[in-house]
Amino acid sequence: MLDTALAGLVNGSSYALLALGLSLIFGVANVINFAHASVFAVGAMSGWWFSVDLDWPLWTVLLGVVAVTGLLGLVINLVAVTPLAKAPPIAALLSTFAVSVVVDNGAQLVFGPETRRFPALLATDNLGLGGLRFGTLDVTILVVAIGLMLLLGWFLRATRYGRAIRAVAQDRDAAAQMGIPLARVQNLAFVVASVLGGVAGVLGGMYLNNISPTVGSTVGMSAFAAATLGGLGSLPGAVAGGLLLGVVEAFGVSWWGGNARTLITFAVLLLVLWVRPSGLFGKRTPLAAEPMTGTFFGAARTVRLKPWQVAVAAVAAYVVPAVALDDYTVQIGVQVVVYAILALSLTLVSGQAGQISLGQAAPLAIGAYTSALLTTATGMDFWLSLPVAGVVAAVLSVVLVSPSWRLRGHYVSIATLATGLLVAAAAVNFDWLTNGPSGVSAIPPPSLFGAEVSAPLAVYFLDLTILLVVLLLVVRLRRSTLGRIWSAVREDEVAARSSGIAAADYKSLAFGIGGFVAGIGGALFAQQYGYIDPSVFGISVSLLALTIVVLGGLNSPLGAVVGAIVLVGLPEALRMLEETRMLTYGLLLLAVVLFRPQGLMGKVAR
Amino acid sequence: MTVLEVTGLRRSFAGLRAVDGVSFTVGQGEVVSVIGPNGSGKTTALNLVSGVLRPDSGRVGFLGRDVTGWRPERLAEAGLSRTFQNGRVFGNLSVAENVLIGLTSTLEAARPLARWRNVPVLRWASLLAETAVALVEPPSVRRESAERQAEVSAQLDRFGDRLTPRASDAAHTLSYANRRRTEIARALAASPALLVLDEPTAGMNPAETAEVLEQLLALKATGQTILLVEHKIDLVMRLSDRVLVLDAGAVIAAGTPDEVRTDPRVIEAYLGKRRTVARP
Amino acid sequence: MSLLELDSVSVFYGQTQALYDVSLVVEPGEIVCLLGGNASGKSTTMKTILGLTTPRTGEVRLAGERVSRLAPAGRIRRGLASVPEARRVFPEMSVEDNLLTGAFTRRSGVRAELASVYESFPRLAERRRQPAGTLSGGEQQMLAFGRALMSAPTLICMDEPTMGLAPIFVDRVLDLIAALNRDRGLAVLMVEQNAELALSIAHRGYVLNTGHIALSGPAAALIDNPAIRTAYLGA
Repeated sequence: MLDTALAGLVNGSSYALLALGLSLIFGVANVINFAHASVFAVGAMSGWWFSVDLDWPLWTVLLGVVAVTGLLGLVINLVAVTPLAKAPPIAALLSTFAVSVVVDNGAQLVFGPETRRFPALLATDNLGLGGLRFGTLDVTILVVAIGLMLLLGWFLRATRYGRAIRAVAQDRDAAAQMGIPLARVQNLAFVVASVLGGVAGVLGGMYLNNISPTVGSTVGMSAFAAATLGGLGSLPGAVAGGLLLGVVEAFGVSWWGGNARTLITFAVLLLVLWVRPSGLFGKRTPLAAEPMTGTFFGAARTVRLKPWQVAVAAVAAYVVPAVALDDYTVQIGVQVVVYAILALSLTLVSGQAGQISLGQAAPLAIGAYTSALLTTATGMDFWLSLPVAGVVAAVLSVVLVSPSWRLRGHYVSIATLATGLLVAAAAVNFDWLTNGPSGVSAIPPPSLFGAEVSAPLAVYFLDLTILLVVLLLVVRLRRSTLGRIWSAVREDEVAARSSGIAAADYKSLAFGIGGFVAGIGGALFAQQYGYIDPSVFGISVSLLALTIVVLGGLNSPLGAVVGAIVLVGLPEALRMLEETRMLTYGLLLLAVVLFRPQGLMGKVAR
Repeated sequence: MTVLEVTGLRRSFAGLRAVDGVSFTVGQGEVVSVIGPNGSGKTTALNLVSGVLRPDSGRVGFLGRDVTGWRPERLAEAGLSRTFQNGRVFGNLSVAENVLIGLTSTLEAARPLARWRNVPVLRWASLLAETAVALVEPPSVRRESAERQAEVSAQLDRFGDRLTPRASDAAHTLSYANRRRTEIARALAASPALLVLDEPTAGMNPAETAEVLEQLLALKATGQTILLVEHKIDLVMRLSDRVLVLDAGAVIAAGTPDEVRTDPRVIEAYLGKRRTVARP
Repeated sequence: MSLLELDSVSVFYGQTQALYDVSLVVEPGEIVCLLGGNASGKSTTMKTILGLTTPRTGEVRLAGERVSRLAPAGRIRRGLASVPEARRVFPEMSVEDNLLTGAFTRRSGVRAELASVYESFPRLAERRRQPAGTLSGGEQQMLAFGRALMSAPTLICMDEPTMGLAPIFVDRVLDLIAALNRDRGLAVLMVEQNAELALSIAHRGYVLNTGHIALSGPAAALIDNPAIRTAYLGA
């Protein structure tokens, strides 16, 4: 009992250090820094390298890691955050995600992808107190973590630049008028946050024993949960959230096993957000701030195509693959089409209704599992399972996202992120239903007029037809009264409600219709691979879907299709560069976000 | 007849009593103004009345019904429209679309099954019907839509040639004063029984303020009931039938403009001695 | 030598020109007001003076020295300070931390300055540990003045210091500005919507209209100017 609590505190102190950094950056730059998890990994990996290859003692290892990760934090800010200061916050979120792809894959190239042992720099089981056994390692981790937290507290309270960081976090414009150099303060915040993350990486590496260049992703997600749990931007909240989550996870894992960790983490997060929409320590603003002059979301307007241009494109989409492309290329086309359907579901939720979702893989997974299980276990016909998959995905989307109706801004994104991770974790853990990590196989292909739809071209035609129907649906909804109501909710929820619009209802309707469309996409996805497992529906799918939509110009249905062609088709074309494929993809993504934050199909107004 | 009847309204934030036992009424066709120092609870009182915030205790009666704790969207449907202190328009929608949003509660064909809208779970029947109608767009919806477009023009005409030429421009391209006008047009579109205005002339210069005053006087002449928060004392005095003075969350004086103007407590807490212009 | 000079300053936001050849001066010990409606260019002028926007053409000079390309910190060290629009105190920081933030650009004499501000505003001293967000509107305005004084300026720029204040506080704030000017010899450049109030304590005024200086002159002349009376006094 006590040793579980201690283990939880020790692990939670890593979360707390990471969450502190996330909250610090969130406060100063108003950005959710997805690259922060990679900083943890780089801290762990460079710590490993310093101690194993260079044979340094612990204190120089720590100094080395501080130097490496501090520099990394500076680079992240200069490359991915500062250039996007004037773009909508979603752009910086995606660019930091791109940086995390680059850093994780870069680290794999440098260090090799394999998991390795972190050297035992300190004893793990040499001390005892009462019946409790622990090691110098546990004590060191706690002392260093608490020491750093106190140091940070002192720095922010009592020093000139510490006060400047707090001032910038509270009011950027006023701080600038006091002569505080915003750029330098933001650099400083990233360096401080990343140093904390790097040290957490070394401590976490020692604690976890085994590390790999992608170790940051799981720890990082827990740290996001911790920071949100405590209240984004609140530093005491980050510490409390991190420690609390560490302890809860430790008990959960000891009762239900290691697979349950993600499930517990995000279930706890969603529950807390349900009860306290701004986290445990977050500031509760009773009313969203009134938008001040000239701070409207999204400066892009959509490029409009003429009907004949759309018709020509649609005909070409049928004819060209049939006459000119080989099976392999057509298969890529199938993938593009399915992602386009997924992206269109987000166009409604994020583009039209303005709820930025980082968890659209959830309805995709629900639709895929529903259709796969119905066709394999009950022998239901695919054509019947298709609408059922859509409806189940829609209903579960609405239910799972319902806690977030009271949430605003970044909290919506985090709650949807949690929903996505929760669904994937449920697929792993509910093995009586989903067959757990091994997934569902031998999913039969659909048949049409007695013929099996399994040849690449046939599958492509089927999916393309459904895509066109969905496209038509989305375009019609956008132009209707309902579309206008969604726009009003997106632009200013408080004003919309005071004009007689039940914002929560319309938000859930958007999630419902989006969930239905994504569920249909999921069913198609399952049938064409014949096999699905939980790992297929990870966070990268959600983020890819969002990237497609942003790239296409957030509120443009055709843009979602074009975005899918570019972002799904292109990496497939990069398969020849197998080793550096993901790295190149990350760099491309970064370039796209940096140079066209308004999207390919958006043009900047005036 | 009483349009609005507020009794013993209270609301605290983090232990601080923002509104502490406020009671007042607004009668049919009356213009009632709420004035008071900063932080006296005026805007909070307005937010409580319009459902944007929920009161800790007290009662709000609207057109004879107890509407305490109603959500703002439901109050808006019942006939209470409002504007906001810094002007909240939908920036990426056109001026005409902004006003159309104000007409949402009058839509019938485009929003079927209205009576289920406030029932848990069953509200989905109304939402799904709305989706179906949006996809199919039957003739009744198209006819209704055309009628509302015509009403929008009528609303914009209220402001002469200020808004009409800009009807299809995005609201974020408007000047500050035109945004405020758009917001008022949106609030008035559904012919509300009570119009609640939160500092309609904040950030306007005296000339613009004078123009808004003329428009509000014209509105009052048509019998529109108005509840108003405003700092500009001259406007309040010319427009109001009755004035309510708040200080530290409580009503310290109420009466006609002349009674309030000379009330020593009001002078002490809010008005101060009239500034004598002393040239340095 | 003039404390502040704007010499034919033009400012653009992208393609849109916000200021056209704006020239103005503030002499030591003067209260100067800058009048104009919404979108007249007042805020842009203030930003240009403070160094938050760079002019495309023209020059900004502080005490004769060119500062057109200098960051805000450099200008503050040369005697400029700002009281931002709507006060903008840092709500979750204590009163004292707010004041210390005003002295960000200074490395010495901060404690002495703090004592002097507390002496001028005993109310702030009483509440030094309290978060600034819990102060009343009038007290926040005092804090915003105190914060500006912490950099020991010779010229304070104020952006609509009476905006959103109750009439009783409007009078107190104007008295305070006049007192700062009289007792400390501070020059003040004040943006205002309400011409009558501003001109009642100012020595001179400028009127901005769509990015141009439309009128300028002594306060007494401006207040009697018929064009001003119709446009800004609502008379």
